Amino acid sequence: MALLEVEDLTVSFAGSGRRVTVLDGVSFTLDAGEIVGLVGESGCGKSITAMSVMRLLPSPPSRVDRGGVRFAGTDLLSLPERRMRAMRGNRIGMIFQEPMTSLNPTFTVGWQIDEALRLHTGLNAEQRRARCLELMGLVGVGAAERRLGQYPHELSGGLRQRVMIAMALACGPEMIIADEPTTALDVTIQAQILDLLVTLRRDLGTAILMITHDLGVVAEYCDRVVVMYAGKVVEKAPVESLFARPRHPYTTGLLASMPRLDSGRGPLASIPGMVPSPGSRPPGCPFADRCPNVLPRCAPEMPPLETGPDGHAFACWNPMP
Amino acid sequence: MGKYLAKRLGQSLLILLGVTVVTFLLLFLLPADPARQIAGRSASAATVESVRQQLGLHLPLWEQYLRYLGKLLQGDLGRSFVQRTEVGELVWSRLPATLLLMAGAIGFELLIGVPAGIVAAMRRGKPTDNAVMIASLVGVSAPQFVVGILLLYVFAVQLEWFPIGGYGTFAHLVLPAMTLGILGGGWYGRMTRSSMVDVLRQDYIRTARAKGAAEQRIVLVHALRNAFLPLLAMIGIDIGLFMSGAVVVESVFGWPGIGQLAWQAIQQVDIPIIMGVTLVSAVFIVAGNLLADLLAPLVDPRIRLR
Ligand SMILES: Nc1ncnc2c1ncn2[C@@H]1O[C@H](COP(=O)(O)OP(=O)(O)OP(=O)(O)O)[C@@H](O)[C@H]1O
Ligand code: SF4
Ligand SMILES: [Mg+2]
Repeated sequence: MALLEVEDLTVSFAGSGRRVTVLDGVSFTLDAGEIVGLVGESGCGKSITAMSVMRLLPSPPSRVDRGGVRFAGTDLLSLPERRMRAMRGNRIGMIFQEPMTSLNPTFTVGWQIDEALRLHTGLNAEQRRARCLELMGLVGVGAAERRLGQYPHELSGGLRQRVMIAMALACGPEMIIADEPTTALDVTIQAQILDLLVTLRRDLGTAILMITHDLGVVAEYCDRVVVMYAGKVVEKAPVESLFARPRHPYTTGLLASMPRLDSGRGPLASIPGMVPSPGSRPPGCPFADRCPNVLPRCAPEMPPLETGPDGHAFACWNPMP
Repeated sequence: MGKYLAKRLGQSLLILLGVTVVTFLLLFLLPADPARQIAGRSASAATVESVRQQLGLHLPLWEQYLRYLGKLLQGDLGRSFVQRTEVGELVWSRLPATLLLMAGAIGFELLIGVPAGIVAAMRRGKPTDNAVMIASLVGVSAPQFVVGILLLYVFAVQLEWFPIGGYGTFAHLVLPAMTLGILGGGWYGRMTRSSMVDVLRQDYIRTARAKGAAEQRIVLVHALRNAFLPLLAMIGIDIGLFMSGAVVVESVFGWPGIGQLAWQAIQQVDIPIIMGVTLVSAVFIVAGNLLADLLAPLVDPRIRLR
């Protein structure tokens, strides 16, 4: 049984006058100790997926219209709020993109890490202190004693993100959701943070849902990958399989637009057009108006997501060879 | 820190000096003639003139000012034209009453304003929010004079829960503090709400939720501390503006503070008292701001005093 099972998750927002469907039948799984990449261009619903799993979307305006989220066999969506809180920060940790703004500026980092322990464990002050120091070591922060007493603004971006990770790890979660954990950091720091996450997975067995729009990160750090486009999952595959033989034209486009060392091209420059906004998606394949392989049936008819024998799934009427 | 304090105190002294100049000019440009006022309506021109000589009002304005300043620097605020008592003593003896009223009023403002603002922010766009916002608008726009009389009528005259006026016990403090607090409470409520709404949108609030903190904890622990900074600045301003409200309220409730003293002095064109009271108000303004600035780093560690 998978650790996390997201099944047909459909989420809409109440807009001005009408509801817009932002997630449309999203399904994927994450096994214990696995790293799964969730990729796609900006606005395709990666963060909304993560926030839906954590049940952190404000409702209203958001609403889950269909589908379910199971974590370690528990249906998260029907859990009473109090029991859901016992999951957050305890069995599921979360790391956000902006380490600058994601830590509270008015409390010391020690206080903020300690809070997770206070909320979810029965440890006494002394034990919590020891755990905080241990966590700082785990995420590679030196001079832990002193760092714990500092405020977020006294730390660099990389250190702050390490503190965020320490906070997410505090209670020994089975899963961490990392929503673009390195996008806001320098390239060298990015690699350090990603290496840290992989080490933690190896040593602690923490499963990681790694949200990113960087396929390079996926190739290097993930076991499996889920490609999203306009609120839908369009392709899912083990990493080797996806890079060896991408089937969905959108994935091909993403791969072609990966920044290479030899060309200074920005990401996604090679896919013409834009992601359709949630309100203006066609009934069929959302990629139809940008797709080089488009067929007449594509715009009116949604292709089903079909899984091959090797676990490689894609939703396309006219896939890449 | 020491350097910062020295700089701020120096600035404050300059501001106070400026205040003496401006008040002096304004008071002596008034059409009312204090000598005539003191000598009485029926006094002869000669009597008025001798009063004028006695008070030194015949001297050129700049000389009068320099004499005043000279005495002021020795801590002497001059003597009342009317009662002939030391202004310093008058002000000093009434200071405790005014400070007590100030503490009561600000306490009352915070007590109703901050919780109301928090509740409104948490229920944003819902009926509770609208109700709080309307109530605060009424509080902000109601004239203090009317509120004072109304409270006096209902709670002192009709219900007899509180004394009609005067000073001495806690019961005496309630109605005047409430009159001042209703206006300020409205301001604090609106300010708390907007500050809170702003903070609740921040990324670190989302982090706290993802950590498993309950809504109440998020609001009272994670958000309130951040939302408090603008409120602190407001308390500083509030202390400064306190005297303007106190003049009305102290007079309505017969509260023997500096506001009442000011009111009497204005009617009698008792210039030394008016000068003294104005100076005290200016000290309030300067001290209120300084206090808020000094406390700010305790609320937000990013702030450095420079
Ligand atoms: N509160 C909201 N109301 C309506 N629509 C929303 C709301 N929040 C997000 N959306 C829509 O949901 C879609 C998906 O947003 P999401 O933040 O999940 O994108 P993302 O894949 O995480 O992109 P990025 O890479 O920029 O983080 C977007 O098109 C956005 O317009
Ligand atoms: S379904 Fe059609 S439009 Fe959509 S990706 Fe496949 S070929 Fe392109
Ligand atoms: Mg996002």
